Amino acid sequence: MPEFTLRTLADQLVNGLVIGNIYALIAIGLALIFGVANLINFAHGSVYMIGAYVGWVCVTWLGWPLGPTFIVVAVACAALGVLIERLGLRRLQSEARIAPLLATIGISFALDQLVQLIFSPNPQSFPSPLPATRVMLGGVSIGALDALIAVITVTSAAMLFAFLRFTRLGWALRATAQDREAAQQMGVDVNAIQALTFAVAAVLGGIGGVMIGMYFTSVYPTMSYGAMLKGFAANLLGGLGSVPGAVIGGLLLGLIETFGVALLGSTYRNLFTFVILIGVLVLRPTGLFGARRAMPPEPLTGTFVANSRPVRVPRFVVIGGLVAAVLLPFISSNPYLLQIFTNAWLFAMLALSITLVTGTAGQMSLGQAGFLAIGGYASALLAMRLGWPLELSLLAGAAIAAALGTLLTWPVFRLRSQYVALATLGIGEVINQIILNWEGLTNGVLGLSNIPPLSLFGLPIIETSPIYWFALAMLVVAALFQWRLMQSHLGRTWRAMREDEVAARAFGVSLNRYKALAFIAGGFIAGLSGAFTAHMYSYINNETFAATTSILGLTMVILGGMGNMSGAVVGAIALTALPELFRPLADARYLIYGVVLLLLVRFRPQGLLGTV
Amino acid sequence: MALLEVRGLRREFGGVVAVDGVDLTVEAGETVSVIGPNGAGKTTLFNLITGLDKPDAGQVLLDGRPITGWPPEKLAALGIARTFQHGRVFGNLSVLDNVLIGAHTRQAAHRLRAPVLGMIAELALALVQPPAWREEHRRLREEARDVLALFGDRLLPRADQPAYSLSYANRRRTEIARALALRPRLLLLDEPTAGMNPTETAEMLEFIRSLKGRGLTLLLIEHKLSLVMQLSDRVIVMDDGRKIAEGVPQSVRNDPKVIEAYLGHKRPGSDARDVQPAGEDDRRAVLAQTRPSSVS
Repeated sequence: MPEFTLRTLADQLVNGLVIGNIYALIAIGLALIFGVANLINFAHGSVYMIGAYVGWVCVTWLGWPLGPTFIVVAVACAALGVLIERLGLRRLQSEARIAPLLATIGISFALDQLVQLIFSPNPQSFPSPLPATRVMLGGVSIGALDALIAVITVTSAAMLFAFLRFTRLGWALRATAQDREAAQQMGVDVNAIQALTFAVAAVLGGIGGVMIGMYFTSVYPTMSYGAMLKGFAANLLGGLGSVPGAVIGGLLLGLIETFGVALLGSTYRNLFTFVILIGVLVLRPTGLFGARRAMPPEPLTGTFVANSRPVRVPRFVVIGGLVAAVLLPFISSNPYLLQIFTNAWLFAMLALSITLVTGTAGQMSLGQAGFLAIGGYASALLAMRLGWPLELSLLAGAAIAAALGTLLTWPVFRLRSQYVALATLGIGEVINQIILNWEGLTNGVLGLSNIPPLSLFGLPIIETSPIYWFALAMLVVAALFQWRLMQSHLGRTWRAMREDEVAARAFGVSLNRYKALAFIAGGFIAGLSGAFTAHMYSYINNETFAATTSILGLTMVILGGMGNMSGAVVGAIALTALPELFRPLADARYLIYGVVLLLLVRFRPQGLLGTV
Repeated sequence: MALLEVRGLRREFGGVVAVDGVDLTVEAGETVSVIGPNGAGKTTLFNLITGLDKPDAGQVLLDGRPITGWPPEKLAALGIARTFQHGRVFGNLSVLDNVLIGAHTRQAAHRLRAPVLGMIAELALALVQPPAWREEHRRLREEARDVLALFGDRLLPRADQPAYSLSYANRRRTEIARALALRPRLLLLDEPTAGMNPTETAEMLEFIRSLKGRGLTLLLIEHKLSLVMQLSDRVIVMDDGRKIAEGVPQSVRNDPKVIEAYLGHKRPGSDARDVQPAGEDDRRAVLAQTRPSSVS
């Protein structure tokens, strides 16, 4: 443990406040958008990242000074903010509240991949154009950049305050946030106000991005995701939707993180964010400084299930499809094709799991990859450390995923709709962080290698075709398992809970129990898929089951139709196989996923086969 | 001993007292109506009795046993069923499945209460589906169809349609069918005829009368006073969160406090019989204008 002198303590304080300033800028933007549009904007991190790239282009390619750079960043981000409002929110206002949230996820996928395609996924060096001199101020060393960040943040916050408090437009914005319909009746153009809010939020986020790029001297496409989560955590800490709360929350988060890293090491950096995120959501959802009012009212059907009649897939089609799948290795011996379809079957299991939890039981899960990870690690470790036979370790891995994952998700059961999405996302990340930091068990970043291969009754399964059949067989077993549950009273009870929690409770449905049962059953299927993956690859690390996998699985489910089992399989095949079959598209697959998600939410919310 | 007893129930919402020291009893087999102008606290009272909201003070007793503040799922298991003011059917479930949810607490799986093991057992039961489970499943489905049949050919031909596709009146009927499937000891109906036309209202009147004839205990919120007068054994009048009158329909009808509550002031020279329907019409007019489009 490093020794804390007064000097290092003061330095850490400055570091924490500087980082906290930037978190505050991101959090203010999220707070404004949440206030006006009641939306958790998942694309906000992408705006911040794009702001950083625009700044980087201006400074390092064009050699501009900082003044014009900030102006260009502000203009570009404002335009992007307006575009996001148009694509992600305007037309979805009348849909379930989760629809715009999903749309912003789609937009963020697309934007992140676009930047990757243009500038490569590698970090780009962003040297600060400011002098490197540091002044000592009362024993604390402060650099020019530290000072600039403080000045810009404080100026932006002051300008925002003045705008909200003293201009007519600012009044209109606050009025819209308080009561949209009343503001509209008083002649406020609420759509224009909403666009303006997105623009202002995007400018703040983009400027934050440039400054963080200079502070850490690099920019990279994936910086968006972490920033977005930090912004949420800061925002929640201060009270969702509150601008002063966002500032205080941002500064607090910066300080907690900096001191935490100094105490425990830098791999713990993100853990604090997620623990705060979940802790605040569960224990004090109004935030530290929020008034003790209830959370903003949510629509009664808290999920994204449109009224629709599902397409009934005739039995002969299902059986025909299955026969074709079984015969595929005889039709084509192309190992590449078989690998793609093996992957599709494993993804289909993830999609089944998500469709059960999110589609049938109505719990919007963005953390389902956490179940894959637990299943994968548990099975691999049981086989490696304890020498368990594969059949047993696969099942045990799945069971551990079901039990442990459900236990971790338990605190989320009291939340609804958007908050469930946010909290499950956080839980997925916490699982990832635990894997990263529990080195004694998981080997940390190095991951587990030499995982015993797949085998059955002692016979190793290492050829492409047998692996393909094994994966297919597991999918079929999982689907039968789920089908059986759907036909029992459980399927009915889950769907009733999804439709109306209040009415379900009034008829004796204890929500926690049935939410837990959904997560147990879904977690088992996901865990099985994760365990299989671990043995198939013989190597896994904390990035094998990244958070994007959860969202990809969710996109498959929405594509096929929420709660629709055939739809989940069709969605998995479509989104796994299609980008591979059109090889040039493979690099842009997340762009495709994002656009598909956006288009679905907008034009066919019930998916291809309809919700069940 | 009364089946339901409510003593001094009170609920405040940020300074507004929605229910203010209400007492009431319902004997087994009795039909008691709660009437009063909008905002009198009737639905809040229902929510407090059924556990959807918790009182700030006061007691609720079922068979003399305190059940104050119990969660709704536990109260449902004790035999308290309700319908909702604005209708809350499960839109994407079939009509039959809606009714079967009503029978949720009567399933064997519901008796597996042990914290973790009960859940595992329920999962196993749903997976294995042993003969006893199948028999129960079949029996409950049959029973649900019988409940639907109580509404003649209103619901039965639509048993497999999703509930969102039903007409408004049929959704209200589905809700009542769902509540009946619980085999309630006490049934709370919150404005069962709201939004129904005169024919449908008359049909509902007969239906509730038949429930009463079968010995069901009913607590009813209703605005259509003629229906209240015909059905109720006793009427409780609420205004501004308080109980202002109670008694047999005839005596309540002529109570000056009731007339005042409905009209805001006494109209000199007018006779109670003229006032009553006028009051109802006023209320209807107000209702038509102010009923919120969203469920509150």
